Amino acid sequence: MRDVAIVGVGSTQFGRAQWSLLKMMCEASNDAIVDAGIGERKIDAVYVANMGASRNNRMAGLSSGLVDRMNLYPHTVSETIENGPASGASAIKHGVHSVASGYCDLVLVCGGERMQEVNNFEATEFVSYLSHRYAEYPYGVTLPSLAGMFTRLYMERYGVEARHLAMVAIKNHLNGAKNKKAHLRIPITMEGILTGPDALNNNPWIAEPLRFFDCCPVSDGSSAVLLAPAEMVKEFKKTPVLIAGMGQATDSQAVQDRPDPTELTAVRMAAERAFAMAKLTPKDIDVAELHDAFTILEIVESEECGFFKKGEGHKALERGETQIGGKLPINPSGGLKSRGHPVGNTGVSQIVELVLQLRGEAGDYQVPKQPKHGFAVNFGGFGNNVVATVLKRGV
Amino acid sequence: MSPPVYDWDADEYLTSEEERMIDELEAMLRPPALPMAPYPPKSVLLASGETMVVRQALVEEVDLMLKVIQPLSWVTRDFYDIVSARLFAELLGWKTHRVRDEYCLVGVIDGVLAGIVNGRLFDEKHGVSFHTLTLKRGLRVGSHLFASKMEHHIEYLGQDEVWIVAESPIGHRRWMIEYPLEKKFEVQHELGGAPAWVLTRDTYFKAKSRLVTGTRPVSDELLAKSYPLREPDLRVMLTQIEHTLEARV
Repeated sequence: MRDVAIVGVGSTQFGRAQWSLLKMMCEASNDAIVDAGIGERKIDAVYVANMGASRNNRMAGLSSGLVDRMNLYPHTVSETIENGPASGASAIKHGVHSVASGYCDLVLVCGGERMQEVNNFEATEFVSYLSHRYAEYPYGVTLPSLAGMFTRLYMERYGVEARHLAMVAIKNHLNGAKNKKAHLRIPITMEGILTGPDALNNNPWIAEPLRFFDCCPVSDGSSAVLLAPAEMVKEFKKTPVLIAGMGQATDSQAVQDRPDPTELTAVRMAAERAFAMAKLTPKDIDVAELHDAFTILEIVESEECGFFKKGEGHKALERGETQIGGKLPINPSGGLKSRGHPVGNTGVSQIVELVLQLRGEAGDYQVPKQPKHGFAVNFGGFGNNVVATVLKRGV
Repeated sequence: MSPPVYDWDADEYLTSEEERMIDELEAMLRPPALPMAPYPPKSVLLASGETMVVRQALVEEVDLMLKVIQPLSWVTRDFYDIVSARLFAELLGWKTHRVRDEYCLVGVIDGVLAGIVNGRLFDEKHGVSFHTLTLKRGLRVGSHLFASKMEHHIEYLGQDEVWIVAESPIGHRRWMIEYPLEKKFEVQHELGGAPAWVLTRDTYFKAKSRLVTGTRPVSDELLAKSYPLREPDLRVMLTQIEHTLEARV
């Protein structure tokens, strides 16, 4: 098996796109191609990550559309991967397999989602299709409602308070404000969202104890990475980033079927597998992008991945360890909370952000001290399908 | 093609004779006015930690508002075009005394205009909501200002009902669904064809704790900071409102 490196990255701005889904994806893909400087070299395969185009955009077989728009036919292998909100990392995993096995040399992985096609109610409904068809969905379960129940239990058991959730939102909004591609570039304050006289109006309940600013926005956006065998990286112009490890795990679809609903077993297993493949430990990681679709998830994932002990993620947050200048910066890009969450694309965008960090190209939100190892968790469903990735600067 | 520029200083070119003739005609053209209670200013602490003063706009501030609004008439996103164009006309009508019993409230952050709402009295007991225009997005400025408008109609103007239409999906979600408003399709709202909805006193007081916020009185120092009204940075405002996909890695 060959080692696989990321040789180019690209991304659109996140938010509410004025362009079509395919046009966004072309922009991100072209940016990745230009970033790598592939010259006359042909792209052997295109993997597209998307969750909702069939329903929301009335488009299926997106990879064929992208290949067509980019004039990559007829030689290019292409496929669309749908794995819920973990589609992005899953598509990268397929790309890695193709390159590692020798099936392909140069692989483009592009994530894209355009959610504004539907209103927020429909978007919430569409995302709730991730819940169990018979045990959850018919009873009105939505992802925010599952997250609300999960948060309540976690707060009771581990002493997490509303202010800790707010601290995650404040940190990630502050980071996102420095990221010119973030959806929500609005710094927020504890007084404004939790303790001030108008906080309840600014930050109303969504699914108690979760409030408005505890939930990620509904975003459009596209990101792309270009993969190549490590032995070929000298042919490209940018500092390569090695995909050192990838792990995936699947938990019960219905949260009620888990022995302990506060455990995110699939996150833990996916992280363990990724670290084992990379021959690294959580202590080696310099920067992480975690799947903070809800603020509680950043705290819990930081524990399940082994960065902090169970029940102590919020204490590390309080100590400032997860800030950009902290011991382990988490979501310096703003995370899903502020950068945005175009669901099927998010896993790709997390990797793009880590590559920028490892290359030292993240600009105003660059983590100091030249990070060498990055880590991402892409979380599908309510933790029922999780992909973790470890990246390493250089090959 | 660039949009035409509004001629801000047309009045400068009138001769005294013209002015006299206009004064005489003016008395015939101006509508009679109902007495209107003032809207007491309040402050709202936003999610960003910034304090927004919500106060009544002065007629003298209309020109500045028109200057800010005009470029938005070409922004199609979220129906800024129709809302801005109509608000432009309504404020001009207010300034020139061509709209009866109109009022305007503004949201001001550090002296900079952040949002505008307006409406008018249909009669003593019924109000008409015109428009809500958010210039600084993402902080529920529009939501706070719309709530202030309803507060003005019900609590300070003492009205029983406010008739409302929405011209954008955002407006429909924020007003019709969030309050929630009642259908009153038999009323022909002055904004034209869109079906009218109504905020009653009962609906207002049920929604008040959720949606109406702010602190009174506003300190003299804070209130003074909201004068003179300053325009927001046009480039920043348009970028934030349009939020285009121009940035690249």
